[in-house]
Amino acid sequence: MPVEVPKEKWPGSVRTITLGALPSEGGTRKRVVTVGGETAMPFMHFEGEIPNPPVVAIEIKDRKPDDWSPLLLETWKDVIDDPAQWAAAAEAAGADLIVLALSLTNRNGEPTSPDEAVASVKAVLRATGLPLIVFGPGQAEADNALLVAVSEATKGERLALGICEDKNYRTIVATAMANDHLVTARTPMDVNLAKQLNILISDMGLPLDRILMDPTTGALGYGIEYGFSVMERLRLAALQGDKMTQLPMIVTPGFEAWKAKESKVGEGVPASWGDWLNRAINWETLTALTLVESGADIVVLRHPESVKRVKAAIEELMAAKSLVS
Amino acid sequence: MALSGIQIYKLLPQTNCKECGFPTCLAFAMKLAAKQVELSACPYVSEESKALLEESSAPPIRLISLKSDGYEVKAGNEVVMYRHEKTFYNKPGLFVKIKTSSPEADVKTLAQRIQEYRVNYVGIDLEVDGIALEDDTNEGEKMKNAVKAVRSVCKKPLMLFATSAANLEPALTELNGESPLIGCATADSWEKFAELAKQYKASLAVMADNLDTLAELSEKIKGKGVEDIVLVPHGKNLGHELILQTQIRRLALKSNYRPLGYPTLAFCQTHAQMAQAIAKYAGFLVIDTFAEELAYPLLVLRQNIYTDPQKPIQVQPGLYEINNPQPTDPVLVTTNFSITYFSVANEVEGSGLPAYLLVADAEGMSVLTAWAAGKFDAERIAKAVKAVNLDAKVTRKRLVLPGAVAVLSGEVESELPGWEIRVGPREAVDIPKFYKQVLQAN
Repeated sequence: MPVEVPKEKWPGSVRTITLGALPSEGGTRKRVVTVGGETAMPFMHFEGEIPNPPVVAIEIKDRKPDDWSPLLLETWKDVIDDPAQWAAAAEAAGADLIVLALSLTNRNGEPTSPDEAVASVKAVLRATGLPLIVFGPGQAEADNALLVAVSEATKGERLALGICEDKNYRTIVATAMANDHLVTARTPMDVNLAKQLNILISDMGLPLDRILMDPTTGALGYGIEYGFSVMERLRLAALQGDKMTQLPMIVTPGFEAWKAKESKVGEGVPASWGDWLNRAINWETLTALTLVESGADIVVLRHPESVKRVKAAIEELMAAKSLVS
Repeated sequence: MALSGIQIYKLLPQTNCKECGFPTCLAFAMKLAAKQVELSACPYVSEESKALLEESSAPPIRLISLKSDGYEVKAGNEVVMYRHEKTFYNKPGLFVKIKTSSPEADVKTLAQRIQEYRVNYVGIDLEVDGIALEDDTNEGEKMKNAVKAVRSVCKKPLMLFATSAANLEPALTELNGESPLIGCATADSWEKFAELAKQYKASLAVMADNLDTLAELSEKIKGKGVEDIVLVPHGKNLGHELILQTQIRRLALKSNYRPLGYPTLAFCQTHAQMAQAIAKYAGFLVIDTFAEELAYPLLVLRQNIYTDPQKPIQVQPGLYEINNPQPTDPVLVTTNFSITYFSVANEVEGSGLPAYLLVADAEGMSVLTAWAAGKFDAERIAKAVKAVNLDAKVTRKRLVLPGAVAVLSGEVESELPGWEIRVGPREAVDIPKFYKQVLQAN
């Protein structure tokens, strides 16, 4: 009994964005990563093109983090004091690209200096051939001071610099523009705020194909449904032709899931929560997989086992193309 | 063609007898138009109207209900592709697979764990829904014994799976008065399964790896008088499963295509299959293994995705104690929007620092939204302080306001004489640092 499946034909598509630059393009990367380009909802190969698979980034820090779950500190213990070794280990664990999150203070508790930030970024670039995203510490003044220095010292690498937010984006966008980098634009789980920030950034003159949008998500149990639906709505708007939503989406399920109590705390929790390590990894994995289903192009993770699971899932989601076309 | 509520109303008796469970015929007509009830709830509708309404009144995805003594699990009746368009209604039933080849003692132990498993999430008790027994030895007696073993310790609804329908019959005689699900009927075996489903009033799972076969099978089974059908689109990989599930949902909702207008079931081995089944349209999930550390996040994910997006979840206003605070510890104030509450509570909890968290009734809005709407002002904060009798609970009266409403600090001070009002950080994530650097310093 032949079934006629209705197909959705969308007028719009997501922009294609490439992170990283090869030596021939003015950078030093051995590989570049291209995301976006979708002309259908996630993995609907039967009615549109999903030309680039979503990719998995591993988040590393410039020094041993103060506030990470002890489980993560244990996992990365051999490399955690050296961002270069950590980056190499992340690459070995299957990362498609690296996120280096700079700390507010250095090992001695003093504010991280621009020189120290540049040294960390350069060490990571030497240690891995993967494209790199650099996040500032998350405080406007420090972000601007560190990211400008990093941006100038790595001109032409096509790094993605973040995090641009509505209250602090001008300095980061200006330096990215001057030094051939990209930016990530984060807004708090709202379609209109996301559009608005993309407009503000592109009004400064940065081409849209150098902006990744981060609509923010909550972890499983902590608001994932808002992130999930905002991402679906942004992707639907993009496919319907709204230019200011046609940007690939980056989300940080690793950061979110590992700050949940379920991942951070091993003692004094209900027995019904089960084994701590497996629960924590499940928390990150399920958060990330759900967001991949709602349109994430880049997911930033922290644990190697989650990376393995999410990459295996993406491979199967992409492989379906040959079954339906 | 679907009829509007008013068009349907004209075909109803218009007596407002209330026997359908709705106060008026118009209210019932509106529900029919929204495909949330069945016409059979009206005892007086004329045969003529009935025929006219039949097509438009049945929900596009049939409601299936699995029942046992004291338990019911429903699937179907969904009306949208994306949860933001309205909401997803029936949370997919979570069933754990047990093989009939397992030793009886193991079956009992696992069944008992499933019966007793309960986890609290934001004040709600979440549970696993039932057990799926799989005949992997091709012996009907083993299935019957497994059902007996399960029923000695677990009352939750059952699914029974076998390659041959004959192997299920002895077990079904043990389940009098229940509505289990049996399966999986395939192109080769559907006829026997359909007979059994009809005889024992069971729902029937139908499996195929493509929609053409699935639709053909469901029509044949319906022709045998079995209407409680559950579709099992058996994809060749994760992506294929996603496409089949999406196409089934779309055909049912957009094309009102009856042969695929049933809920679906997904057999899940990997985490990706589980997350996908919950996010993308499965009516039931059968997972291979049971572990607390897996059941908990799956139940939470299901709870989250099936939250009605039109109603922000609120937490109960009041005083929450985090990390066993003493009377000298600070009081942090925030609103009762769930995400706001959880962001703050999570940061404080994760830091290990003791504090009181005072949640003011801001009608479920976040801090800035509530402030802008006049639902989180000095008066409301003072009212919240008094409502929980905070003066008697703390000796050092320190109240920390969210940084986003720093502007309120003067007014709060005059509302609460004797209290020290501090302005905290704008973002929850900065609370532990603020606590250590500011609150602990003086």
